[in-house]
Amino acid sequence: MVPISYYLVLSAILFALGVVGFLIKRNLITLFMSIELMLNGVNLAFVAFAWQWKSLNGQVFVFFVMVVAAAEAAVGLAIIIAVFRTRETLNVDRVNLLKL
Amino acid sequence: MLTITTFVIVSVIKIVIALAVLLTAVAYSTWLERKLVGHIQNRWGPQRVGPFGLLQPLADGLKFIFKEDLTPPQAYKTLYIAAPILSLALALTSISLVPIGNWVTVGGVETPLEITDVNIGLLIILGITSLGVYGIALAGWSSNSKYSLLGSLRASAQMVSYEIALGLSLVGVLIMSGSLNLREIVEAQGGHIAGFIPRWNIFRWPTQIVAFFIYLAAAFAETNRVPFDLPEAETELVAGYHTEYSSMKFAMFFMAEYANMITVACIATLLFLGGWYGPAFGPWWLENLLPVFWFALKVFCFIFLYIWIRGTLPRFRYDQLMAFGWKFLFPIAVANVLLTSLIVALQK
Amino acid sequence: MLQLVLFFVFGTIAVAAAVNLLAQRHPINSALSLIVVMASVAALFLLMGAEFLAAIQVIVYAGAIMVLFVFVIMLLNAGEEERTPGSRIAKLLGFPAVVLLAGFLAWTLVTRNPYPVAVNLTGRFVGSPALIAQLLFRDFLLPFEVTSVLILIAIMGAVVLASSAGTTAGPGSPERPPAKRES
Repeated sequence: MVPISYYLVLSAILFALGVVGFLIKRNLITLFMSIELMLNGVNLAFVAFAWQWKSLNGQVFVFFVMVVAAAEAAVGLAIIIAVFRTRETLNVDRVNLLKL
Repeated sequence: MLTITTFVIVSVIKIVIALAVLLTAVAYSTWLERKLVGHIQNRWGPQRVGPFGLLQPLADGLKFIFKEDLTPPQAYKTLYIAAPILSLALALTSISLVPIGNWVTVGGVETPLEITDVNIGLLIILGITSLGVYGIALAGWSSNSKYSLLGSLRASAQMVSYEIALGLSLVGVLIMSGSLNLREIVEAQGGHIAGFIPRWNIFRWPTQIVAFFIYLAAAFAETNRVPFDLPEAETELVAGYHTEYSSMKFAMFFMAEYANMITVACIATLLFLGGWYGPAFGPWWLENLLPVFWFALKVFCFIFLYIWIRGTLPRFRYDQLMAFGWKFLFPIAVANVLLTSLIVALQK
Repeated sequence: MLQLVLFFVFGTIAVAAAVNLLAQRHPINSALSLIVVMASVAALFLLMGAEFLAAIQVIVYAGAIMVLFVFVIMLLNAGEEERTPGSRIAKLLGFPAVVLLAGFLAWTLVTRNPYPVAVNLTGRFVGSPALIAQLLFRDFLLPFEVTSVLILIAIMGAVVLASSAGTTAGPGSPERPPAKRES
């Protein structure tokens, strides 16, 4: 018997860690992984609420979140590779000029 | 009614037996491979260590233990040690979902002949196959050597590409059986058509025979075996992703490859060849033992096929391999799924 | 009781791996920590009865998306992060920020919940593949088709970005003509 608020608190912790990771990390790929961490926290909250309201809509929405995360990861990593090829660095502080 | 302690004790016993049997099967499939490939190539194979060379795996094991355990300099130590452990652990885990017989009653306790009976067993096995890519990718990268990196990139790309054809070829069987539970899929294949042809999924013409061949090709590519073994061929990339590994870590990769072969053979048996169904007769202990025997026989036939193809076919070049997976197997697998769902929908 | 123990085990593993993701300097260690987070989230899905989602989380998220991340990290081989003065201040401000944000979100979610229940797996509410498929292919058919178009767009975008990136010249190097491709 686990109260549903435990799952919600865990999801809030994961989401907050993802947000802070996005703000403080300097490597482009690690930034992207913090976004995935945020999405995982949100997925956990969705499934918790699906249990609470006894409706499977929450779980179907998690399915869609995963699909969107996959598409976003593919395109985002292609952009990161393109940035790396021109700037030769993955540090966000160095990718701050529109022209090289 | 099973209590928790009875369940735990029975599960531990089953895990120990399953591990012992699996590790022995892995060791003796190496012996079988060397003997068979030797006979295909018109030579004897191992024959001096024990009768018919049957103690050769033992000698191999001793050799692996006594070899020097090198670690290349500049290697990423943690990943270097973790990669073979990950590969072997994942390869040994999928045996826990494979049912090998009916429910048996031993000493008043009724238990199915598998470690866990999960409703989504087939999806979990596909998940374990997906995670198996990590062992190879991390092994090649952490060795800090160009041959390892190239071999591991090729192997990972190959495994990821053929996972799709593997999964799609199984969807046809799922549609016909209506369940992801491995035990229910096998039980849907009981009985006979026309009195003597068993109702195995491979005989459900026309779609499942195509699905079986797609599964065969995709499984060969997933386990990195000939004709898809470019990532670990000695003449191509030294030894691919396990170039820099020696002694027990290399033995772990070796064992993981054969354990993956056995897992793939078990899945093919369960989904296409009717699992443990075969003539069962006699007293109660024989009736429970014969299905296990039929299951083992079918798995053995599949591994024989693996080794036979290894001794016969040349290997694909890398671009031929990727073109075959994406341009040939994937469209045919999708067409198979469409045709199967059409047939099932028309029959309802 | 067993469910409470399992929840705490997998919850602790998830939070520890997430903290490790932020604490590590090399991106490959962060990627491996994220895989551990995803695996423990899959176990938590199982504890809430979402068995199909747990399998899909392992197959798609941990088995395909993270493989893509690991590939890119291996190919680019960019190495560890550098320590700039900005990054040190960022770490100092990071800890109170996590505590504040997590506390605020948790407080909102817990106190504003009108109908809190307890999760108890008795087998009556299970997200089996059959039930989810009924929802996915009847009520949510339009979003399902739209996501397949989305994936097609993502494939085309990734292919275009990867192929055009190979023909631009790097900084300071002479312009190289694109290599002739022989099929």
